[in-house]
Amino acid sequence: MPTFEYAPAPESRSIVDIRSSYGLFINGEFVDGRSGDTRKTVNPASEEVLAEVVEAGEADVDAAVAAARHAYDQVWGRMRGADRAKYLYRIARVVQERARELAVLESIDNGKPIRESRDVDIPLVAAHFFYYAGWADKLKHAGFGENPRPIGVAGQVIPWNFPLLMLAWKIAPALAAGNTVVLKPAETTPLTALAFAEICQQAELPPGAVNIITGGGETGRLLVEHPDVDKVAFTGSTEVGRAIAKSVAGSQKRLTLELGGKAANIVFDDAAIDQAVEGIVNGIFFNQGHVCCAGSRLLVQESIAEPLLDRLKRRMALLRLGDPLDKNTDIGAINSAAQLERIRELSSAGEAEGADRWSPPCELPARGFWFAPTLFTGVSQAHRIAREEIFGPVLSVLTFRTPAEAVEKANNTPYGLSAGVWTEKGSRILAIADQLRAGVVWANTFNKFDPASPFGGYKESGYGREGGRHGLEAYLAH
Amino acid sequence: MHPPKADPQGAPPPVHPPKAQSRPSAGADSSTPAASRLAVRKTYKLFIGGAFPRSESGRSYVVSSAEGEFLANAAQASRKDVRDAVKVARGAVAAWAGATAYNRGQVLYRIAEMLEGRRAQFVDEVRVGEGLGKSAAESAVNAAIDRWVWYAGWSDKIAQVYGNANPVAGPYFNLTSPEPTGVVGVLAPQDSSLLGLVSVLAPVIVTGNTCVVLASDARPLPAITLAEVLATSDLPGGVVNLLTGQVAETAPWLAGHMDVNAIDLTGASDPGFATDLEVAAAENLKRVVRPDHSEDWTAEPGLDRMLAFLEPKTVWHPKGI
Repeated sequence: MPTFEYAPAPESRSIVDIRSSYGLFINGEFVDGRSGDTRKTVNPASEEVLAEVVEAGEADVDAAVAAARHAYDQVWGRMRGADRAKYLYRIARVVQERARELAVLESIDNGKPIRESRDVDIPLVAAHFFYYAGWADKLKHAGFGENPRPIGVAGQVIPWNFPLLMLAWKIAPALAAGNTVVLKPAETTPLTALAFAEICQQAELPPGAVNIITGGGETGRLLVEHPDVDKVAFTGSTEVGRAIAKSVAGSQKRLTLELGGKAANIVFDDAAIDQAVEGIVNGIFFNQGHVCCAGSRLLVQESIAEPLLDRLKRRMALLRLGDPLDKNTDIGAINSAAQLERIRELSSAGEAEGADRWSPPCELPARGFWFAPTLFTGVSQAHRIAREEIFGPVLSVLTFRTPAEAVEKANNTPYGLSAGVWTEKGSRILAIADQLRAGVVWANTFNKFDPASPFGGYKESGYGREGGRHGLEAYLAH
Repeated sequence: MHPPKADPQGAPPPVHPPKAQSRPSAGADSSTPAASRLAVRKTYKLFIGGAFPRSESGRSYVVSSAEGEFLANAAQASRKDVRDAVKVARGAVAAWAGATAYNRGQVLYRIAEMLEGRRAQFVDEVRVGEGLGKSAAESAVNAAIDRWVWYAGWSDKIAQVYGNANPVAGPYFNLTSPEPTGVVGVLAPQDSSLLGLVSVLAPVIVTGNTCVVLASDARPLPAITLAEVLATSDLPGGVVNLLTGQVAETAPWLAGHMDVNAIDLTGASDPGFATDLEVAAAENLKRVVRPDHSEDWTAEPGLDRMLAFLEPKTVWHPKGI
């Protein structure tokens, strides 16, 4: 239990205006779904119904893709890069103007703490649009040819863990390169994408350049398999990514995938221990562990394992779990009942397979989806909790003796998205970073993101990069 | 039959493959001397781990010239040969990816030197196998050697072109550098038996990857001669493994192999077959290069074939006193 009693510091909800129902954003307007199917989106911290959104069907997907195609052929694909840049700058500015509203909306729909949506998610959203705006008229300098052309219509499917940020990662580079977009937000987190649609209207973005269609897995499948989509971008589970890779086989569709991970966070005996503890906590409890690049496996050198774990447990006991809109909250709600069930199932498997489970005393609110920060020690590489992505606030702790053993254990996974290294020895940082088979290596830090920094995985964590100059490659024809 | 010309660099003239001396073949001169020497015929075997084993299946198949004349029996690789080759290729990754870029460039340049030394042999094999005139065959071989020299020069530059520092909004060192993806499966072009082969192979290994190459079904002989060049060029064993045989039989095992990181489907000329291979490759999310049937092997390649097998890795470190 926290030693200090903090007074609640709730962020006000009054800044957002959530409608009772939303249409699809196609060709610059909100339109009704054609099949009449709808779905309710829920606040995971309270289970209150927030709004009803459309479950887009085949006719809706066709309409959205047709709008994107028309906009590409007639307007956006022909537009000067400098003009595309100005639209993107407008969008970035409006995001900044509406930043507080978007952060509150994100926390309500997703369950993440307001401190994260306010200080991390939304600022990065604006930054991504700013960054790619600047590339729109400089593509010939990007290193992908002297006269790079866009690909055409991009079909993009994003997950629920960073709803508006994942939208920015997808839409900003696509538009900057001259493509038009049909994007499907995750079924449990549609609201900030729909607010983004309003922002496109406020920026007077040409109709059809961006289309937002809500729906579940079937809507996503219709979109990625649509014959008039030229490029598919997907962030989500490895299982679905694999299915998408099979579905585009033999077509001309380009594909990038950003999938799961089971990152190793490696702490050597010469690490700065307090900083490492902060890094470990950030690595697995930031965003409730709903992070593909979460440091979900702690590999700690045997000689310091005990003192490190003592400090880690002490730090975990100070984490505050509760109302996402309370500015004191560290750990918010789990995004859905389904995800909560998965986390529970894997945690039970951890105990059943013989690992030792520990959580600090933690009062969970009566309503909503919650899971206390949890630690497993005595974990072996063979355990499910060391191999499978839990996507929750659960840390599996393993030990090692030598650097070679740490590297071997870290790389012993079909995933390869990210990794962490903690040591004060410079040459060791560089040598270990070289040997880790991961697309992002955080050394003496963790969970750092920036629009200028390419992000993506090795092996079954997917292919392609988002962010930076490399993030343009997927959206240019070659 | 004209005697082989001396190489202008002073190397001993290459021995013609027996087909040119003892069998009539397209373009061969019929003025064979009455007391012609009985040729020592070459056995064409697989190239795995720097050695030339036969297929573990014991099979071989007939390779004919473009006119249908018998040229040789080539080894017919099996599923197990593919798996053995992948294992060897994986074993070679650490040393080859870990070699300095300078070292890799030196090795590739040496390969070009060895290719140049065998130019006449390659011209003959390409001419007879593809049914080209002598001048067209010479152009193809010259282009192949020059292509190899071009790629050799990229070894220590591609990282500068594809990698960069990133100006992140905070006090962090942030660097993106490309790394080889690992083991690459390559289906060599069916028709262009040397230039096309070189064009798909060089970019894979100059970037630090190792590979298992499935040679053209009907025109594999330049590939095996190329393997002989590789074997004498300081290229570590296992970096390139080359299998002859029926691509329809071996490619599915390569495309579905869970310890292969990427696959180049250029030699899958049937679209349905290429699709099946791409589906199999999706099982472990291999990076896939699809066939491009309009590819012009004589054009200067861009960077795409190197970038396809490179993984950008981004490293962050805080800056602080």
